[in-house]
Amino acid sequence: MSKVLMKGNEALAEAAMRAGCKCFFGYPITPQTEISAYLAKHMAKRGGVFLQAESEIAAINMTLGAAASGVRAMTSSSSPGISLKSEGISYIAASDLPCVIVNVERGGPGLGGIQPAQSDYNQAVKAPGHGDFHMLVFAPSSVQETVDMTYLAFDMADKYRMPAMILSDGLMGQMMEPVEFPDREVNPVEKPWACSGHKNKREHNIINSLYLKPDILEDSVRSRYKRYEQVENELPDAESYLCEDADIVVTGFGAAARIAETAVNNAREKGIRAGLFRPKTLYPFPKKELNEAVGNAKAILDVEMNMGQMIDDIKLYTECRLPVYFYGRTGGNIPSAEEILHEIEVCSMKGEKAECR
Amino acid sequence: MQVVFDRPKALCDVPLHYCPGCTHGIIHRITAEVIDELGIEGDTVGICPVGCAVTAYDYFGCDMIEAPHGRAPAVATGVKRANPDLTVFTYQGDGDLAAIGTCETVHAAARGENITVIFVNNTIYGMTGGQMAPTTIPGQVTQTTPYGRKPEMNGFPVRMCEMLATLDGTALAQRVAVDSVPHIKEAKAAIKKAFENQINKRGFSIVEILSTCPTNWGMTPSEAMERLRSEMIPYYPLGVYRDTDVWNGQ
Repeated sequence: MSKVLMKGNEALAEAAMRAGCKCFFGYPITPQTEISAYLAKHMAKRGGVFLQAESEIAAINMTLGAAASGVRAMTSSSSPGISLKSEGISYIAASDLPCVIVNVERGGPGLGGIQPAQSDYNQAVKAPGHGDFHMLVFAPSSVQETVDMTYLAFDMADKYRMPAMILSDGLMGQMMEPVEFPDREVNPVEKPWACSGHKNKREHNIINSLYLKPDILEDSVRSRYKRYEQVENELPDAESYLCEDADIVVTGFGAAARIAETAVNNAREKGIRAGLFRPKTLYPFPKKELNEAVGNAKAILDVEMNMGQMIDDIKLYTECRLPVYFYGRTGGNIPSAEEILHEIEVCSMKGEKAECR
Repeated sequence: MQVVFDRPKALCDVPLHYCPGCTHGIIHRITAEVIDELGIEGDTVGICPVGCAVTAYDYFGCDMIEAPHGRAPAVATGVKRANPDLTVFTYQGDGDLAAIGTCETVHAAARGENITVIFVNNTIYGMTGGQMAPTTIPGQVTQTTPYGRKPEMNGFPVRMCEMLATLDGTALAQRVAVDSVPHIKEAKAAIKKAFENQINKRGFSIVEILSTCPTNWGMTPSEAMERLRSEMIPYYPLGVYRDTDVWNGQ
């Protein structure tokens, strides 16, 4: 198939349908609007379900119901709406249900703004809801990657029986790029656990997250964490760019990483050996790949569109061996390549003597 | 030997955890009898609430999903939209349906979702030990209204059937009780109609069942039945508040 020019949000919506998404439940919020609008136009024509829910809470619970019945289901929102979905996300994870949740991030906290931000890293990676659980988190940094990760998110959610998030942002969602939709067969996995009517041929299935006996609840959580070990071995993915000989490795995900790449190229032209490390999966975090990327570096410059969230993980996973500097813009502001280049230059002068902040 | 009375097939052969005198057992039974009579157990998915009936997933023989508090109508919507040929019912208490889940209830009805809602109204939060519910009657003493519910402080109860009857998407809104054999028969007929409505794609059907909570009311089962008759029915009159075919015309 040839390339078409599409907005990130619309490409995500198209990719979801091609990945076999049968049901989409949404609620209006900027800047994810195009996902709902696109699916409203196309979903029913292709035999799927589009339904505008009365709230984010209802939308995530409709997604829970559809996923529990065994079909591929998705919901999308932007930052404040994701907070409302967190209850449902916790139940979905606790019920071992696969589904895809899209967060086209905007500035926060509170109502915040409607311009792009990455301020929901901690929410997505550390605490998407109450209780001990994880959610797969994919962070695309191009429209093409948004498409590829949408396919992957559905597959991996099914494989590991857990919710998967596409952590996009207003920039990824709104910009247009040429994109190609890979031709592929949708091979949904067998879901013998699904609540789709037992047809008098098997025992009844129960999808539940309540365990009143502490030992049984603990066993259930521990068995889920066993599965997370498998996820952490199999799924981490990252891009390392010019890191082999880099003195300064810039770390960032999604939109921030994309801008940082330009800054890294500009730094190289100025004779500064800079590189870029970009995690593509935020949970599971590519720890091994990070340590490989910073193997020869003297310092790390973490760039995010927030006040510094992933930086804690960068420090943790490199065990603070290197100074880790931070440059962030927030509130809907997008860092320019020039700003990041300036920070790279400052860091290259500080060298390895500086303290790890 | 002829068996004249037996456990409905759609009710699992397990001990129920409900308190002595609680009417959930009656409501479970008549719901299961309806599922048996319609022969739909293999194509039915039930959605449990949060509250006393949370473990109804262990009692009904069909596939069962346990929803977050109040979200059962949204979960049911997801199941039903994904699988229009399944019969989907929710089983919810008054705190679940009429307080935290009011939004999901009202909008499922407004959309005319082809689902069946079994709404058990006992005017109290049972599972958490007897707090004021959205349905607690003025003057009723609960753990959080120790001096009786005062409307000037706690507001007024919500009459769900009357409210939902105003919505175009509601096919059936009927209030019944389970305090006597004639009322139980009436309740079962209403539940059956609510399931048949779904099978015939007539729209959203809710059966509100006035129920007792002897434990949290601090009464014997028979006193509780008497309170149902003397206090609840006058405040929540039994009857059919709406009966129409939303999607196929009359």
